[in-house]
Amino acid sequence: MIAGTNQTVRDGLTEFLKIRRGDIERAWAATPVFTSKRPADAAEECAELLSGIRQVIETGTEEDPSADGFSAVRTVLGSLASRSAGGPSGSDRPDVTVLKAPLLRLWGEQGHDEDVTNAGALALSTAINTLRIAVLEIELSAGADTILSQRQQLTELSTPVIKLWDGILAIPLIGTLDSSRGQAATEALLQQIVAQQARVAILDITGVTAVDTLVAQHLLKTAMAARLMGAECVISGIRPQIAQTMVQLGIDLGEVATRATLADAFSHALRKIGMAITRSDNEPGR
Amino acid sequence: MTSVVTLHELRIREEIDIVHVRQTVREVAVSVGFSLVEQTKLVTAASELARNTLKHGRGGTAQVELEKHDGSTVVRLVFRDEGPGIPDTELALTDGYSSAGGLGLGLSGARRLADEFDLHTTPGEGTTVSVGFRAGRAAT
Repeated sequence: MIAGTNQTVRDGLTEFLKIRRGDIERAWAATPVFTSKRPADAAEECAELLSGIRQVIETGTEEDPSADGFSAVRTVLGSLASRSAGGPSGSDRPDVTVLKAPLLRLWGEQGHDEDVTNAGALALSTAINTLRIAVLEIELSAGADTILSQRQQLTELSTPVIKLWDGILAIPLIGTLDSSRGQAATEALLQQIVAQQARVAILDITGVTAVDTLVAQHLLKTAMAARLMGAECVISGIRPQIAQTMVQLGIDLGEVATRATLADAFSHALRKIGMAITRSDNEPGR
Repeated sequence: MTSVVTLHELRIREEIDIVHVRQTVREVAVSVGFSLVEQTKLVTAASELARNTLKHGRGGTAQVELEKHDGSTVVRLVFRDEGPGIPDTELALTDGYSSAGGLGLGLSGARRLADEFDLHTTPGEGTTVSVGFRAGRAAT
């Protein structure tokens, strides 16, 4: 079908896209795809888009979303895609298919033979359809990139090691402690124990939704590793429902000290390093 | 009157699927009005059994069912795999025994957490573990 688009038609289309460039760009800039942009930006993007379309028509690659002509306009497509991804979903989304109607109308005005007009319209339609596929592909890959980067951010987010006092570190564990996140937390903690010469490390699990045997084993292993390095581990933030579940599950944290709250764990840690918090005699109003 | 509705059928193929099972189970537990303790027990048992399905059964499925008997509600989780099966169930249910370097409390702990526990295994063909949790049960 497209292969049947003969050279006469291609020449006619190329000529048309060159001569009527201004008209096409103006018509496109008035479509919903571009109306939300500043006029100068819209004109520039329309021009880039059009030169891309001309390239695929010239080279007969209008069926291939990864063709050079389409990749040349990737930035424009990217900005279209991000606008549709960020905007409201469904029918409100700017859809590049609206570019087709004005293009075909202008092409029809060229007054070619009926055969040439039809074949040309078909090729132009195909080019716009493929453009739409290219936009979708960019949207999809942007989504996958977002997921990947969010996963990486999550892994890092879950492991801030906080210095509470000289020699006292705390690590608040949050959400789900599966292999990779748990591992990252342990590594970060052990490194900081060395770097800060910590004597006590508090693992706070207030933000952990459930402690199953894997999480418990992970906590135990972390505590054991910390002890080998000369630091004591305290587990804090064990909420009632988690305590009850751990008992039924049969988990025994053994010699690892546990406290209900981070505050309790902190005062325990202070005692361990020979410090205590006392009320000040100089407190105003006394 | 007893009615059984299957709410979800989840695949367990990789680590991330265990998280998905936990989240789904938690949503169900909240929607049927489980208390915080009941939710935590259900989610913890689901986590253990889903991990067993992945680690020992080389992956499988988790089914979440809702049973209603005259006024009482039971959430039932059925974990199926077509793995090697469990050669000695007695041993597998012993506290502290693990064939995978774990704490050895997953299967036995899940049995203690659940109100109903059922284990079927055929060496070479697979394992099915079913656990039921009743809402509104007095804490034990």
